[in-house]
Amino acid sequence: MAQQQVYEKYYVPDQSPWPIVGAIALFLIAFGAGNFVVEQTKGESGYGGWTLLAGIATLLVMLVGWFRNQIHESMAGKYSAQLGRSYRQGMAWFIFSEVMFFAAFFGALFYARMIAMPWLDGAGNNAMTAEVLWPNFEAVWPLTKTPGGVETTAMGWMGLPLYNTIILLISSVTCHFAHVALEKQQRGKLIAFLGVTILLGCFFLTLQVEEYVHAYREMNLTLQSGVYGNTFFLLTGFHGMHVTLGTIILIVLFFRVLKGHFTPDNHFAFQAGSWYWHFVDVVWVMLFFFVYIL
Amino acid sequence: MSTATTELDHDDHHHHAPSGIKRWLFTTNHKDIGTLYLWFAFIMFLTGGAMAMVIRAELFQPGLQIVDPNFFNQMTTVHGLIMVFGAVMPAFTGLANWLVPMMIGAPDMALPRMNNWSFWILPMAFTILLASLFMEGGGPAFGWTFYAPLSTTYSNDTTALFVFSVHIMGISSIMGAINVIVTIFNMRAPGMTWMKMPLFVWTWLITAFLLIAVMPVLAGAVTMVLTDKFFGTSFFNAAGGGDPVMFQHIFWFFGHPEVYIMILPAFGIISAIVPTFSRKKLFGYASMVYATTSIALLSFIVWAHHMFTTGMPVGAELFFMFATMLISVPTGVKVFNWVATMWRGSLSFEVPMLFALAFIVLFTIGGLSGLMLAITPVDFQYHDTYFVVAHFHYVLVTGAIFSIMAAVYYWLPKWTGKMFDVTLAKWHFWCSLISVNVLFFPMHFVGLAGMPRRIPDYALQFADFNKWISLGGFAFGLSQLIFLALLIKACRKHGEPVSDQVWEGAEGLEWEIPSPAPYHTFDTPPVIK
Repeated sequence: MAQQQVYEKYYVPDQSPWPIVGAIALFLIAFGAGNFVVEQTKGESGYGGWTLLAGIATLLVMLVGWFRNQIHESMAGKYSAQLGRSYRQGMAWFIFSEVMFFAAFFGALFYARMIAMPWLDGAGNNAMTAEVLWPNFEAVWPLTKTPGGVETTAMGWMGLPLYNTIILLISSVTCHFAHVALEKQQRGKLIAFLGVTILLGCFFLTLQVEEYVHAYREMNLTLQSGVYGNTFFLLTGFHGMHVTLGTIILIVLFFRVLKGHFTPDNHFAFQAGSWYWHFVDVVWVMLFFFVYIL
Repeated sequence: MSTATTELDHDDHHHHAPSGIKRWLFTTNHKDIGTLYLWFAFIMFLTGGAMAMVIRAELFQPGLQIVDPNFFNQMTTVHGLIMVFGAVMPAFTGLANWLVPMMIGAPDMALPRMNNWSFWILPMAFTILLASLFMEGGGPAFGWTFYAPLSTTYSNDTTALFVFSVHIMGISSIMGAINVIVTIFNMRAPGMTWMKMPLFVWTWLITAFLLIAVMPVLAGAVTMVLTDKFFGTSFFNAAGGGDPVMFQHIFWFFGHPEVYIMILPAFGIISAIVPTFSRKKLFGYASMVYATTSIALLSFIVWAHHMFTTGMPVGAELFFMFATMLISVPTGVKVFNWVATMWRGSLSFEVPMLFALAFIVLFTIGGLSGLMLAITPVDFQYHDTYFVVAHFHYVLVTGAIFSIMAAVYYWLPKWTGKMFDVTLAKWHFWCSLISVNVLFFPMHFVGLAGMPRRIPDYALQFADFNKWISLGGFAFGLSQLIFLALLIKACRKHGEPVSDQVWEGAEGLEWEIPSPAPYHTFDTPPVIK
């Protein structure tokens, strides 16, 4: 070690009540949801829904409190470049974990389509499976008639899905422009581009809801319509939840921008939100190809 | 090395621990959180162990006598879940919390508040899981692997609680893993280059990567179980175009890396202990790093060796067989290196070394039976017999858990500043060593003879062996009470004060700081030669 080493200052936060509040919130959410699901499917009344709501409320209180602490510390200049790197790396690994979550559902889609269905139709050494179990089943994708006989319609990629793809792609670009404007300290541009991104996100979600209504009311495409409907709704549904979360993050960022919280050197929260937005965008492109087009 | 300047901005000014319950609830200190993890893991170990006692009591004799079969199934299921997610994984995370910052010269973990959150989620998750045992219909009874359709069509309503408790366990693991990775990437003291890091840090880095890669897949699997059971989807139902075998693929894509999550940190621990008590440097440090990495990468392409009998094309069976056997190469490198480290060393046999030696021998037995199971045609006979139970208990109990005990004995004096009760520790070791082999070794024989696992009753010809297995089990369970007594004594700070280095041959940053380790270490980054 030849040169002078400067060890960056490191901020060890004081004791914090928020993590334990967060743990209690997750307890209430998990316990509430576990009961709520059963009560809903059985049509019973119970305390599950209320427990779940209490959990979500606690989680929100925790998030507000925790983030407020973080923001105050950040504004007080307690953070260092090293901590900024820690946060960025943490966010990157979190996004990687989200990628793997979606990978599980994409894996299910590919397996059902490429392996399970052809086998049910007699591929490989499974001739008797088809013969004995479901002689009338034909393995076609999208699966519009399940082996058990449930019929549905396939969702095309023209129309709403295509518009949504364009909307999200544009929003990714505007999000990037907002980031560039932040780094160049062009406040007007930053506010405008971030605002447009949020609007596009809301627009996407509205169209997605419309698509679901259309699927349920007119196409008989539901969560119960076999593995095509399952993968369709779980993939687009989890994606939609992520877009919702991303939009909320962007809205929070928007107000923080209005308050002038970010500088070109210190804007981890903005960067994390923008990474997250690009991530949901990439997932959508994958969805558009593998769920809608192919 | 010139002077390293530091400007440490502590919000946390007290250099001694705050007192009272708030210390533990609100803590951001890696040592406190490590202690919480370790005690939680030990309590879960005793809880899961009590369930194993119920299982062994029922299997003491053929026939159904003590518990009803549904409760027996709940015991096997929850025993597995608790030991995997509640005992072994949190124990390793606790060790990582205590040791990684001290080993790399960091003042704390990179994200201390999230660290607290990761821990406190666990007691919540296990409260839910354990509470479901007392609810209508009982707890989960489909095995810790929750294969569909057992967990979908044939399970009870508390499955929803099981699903959500696994979800929050996963959140805890992922956050813990992110913290470990970021700490290692970003918090190393100047001069602590990658190839100078202690192997425990290396193995945990790779373990954390595996956790982030596969815990979300587990979350996906439980979500599909939830929707299949409650919302009418058919991921695992052939009538809707799905496939129950698909469940096994998704589950084991998580499950196999999970197996290495539970053994890689053990390799790191053994690689720290063996050199100390051999008074030699670790043989083949670089090859250990590469071996760990290749084991981790291979773990992603071997999952279907858990499902040789469930229906796959012959090509796939061969692929998974050969890929699995390939893992024995890097694992063999490790065992070779440990033995080579001891070769011509001046060995002494303190308690951590005793556990480490037991680990090397007994883990290797488990590894070799794993090699037998990897051979597809042979596995057709072994599948779902007690041979498999013997195999994974050798790698998990005498592997992972023995390594955790070795680690506790090795670092406990550093944590408390006092030497533990060596007499009790030796009693604990010898009682555990003998009883664990009485417990698990005969399982190989009954398994090869065809005794199926997870069944509360068995054919008469297995009676003699099962009696011995149960006796070994009870003895192993009781032996852990010695450990409990020892730990309570140690936490009350009985015993002789120890030096900073504690063990004569110990090397590494954690042995250069005072014993007990101060509440905050490395306010000034250490000099690394």
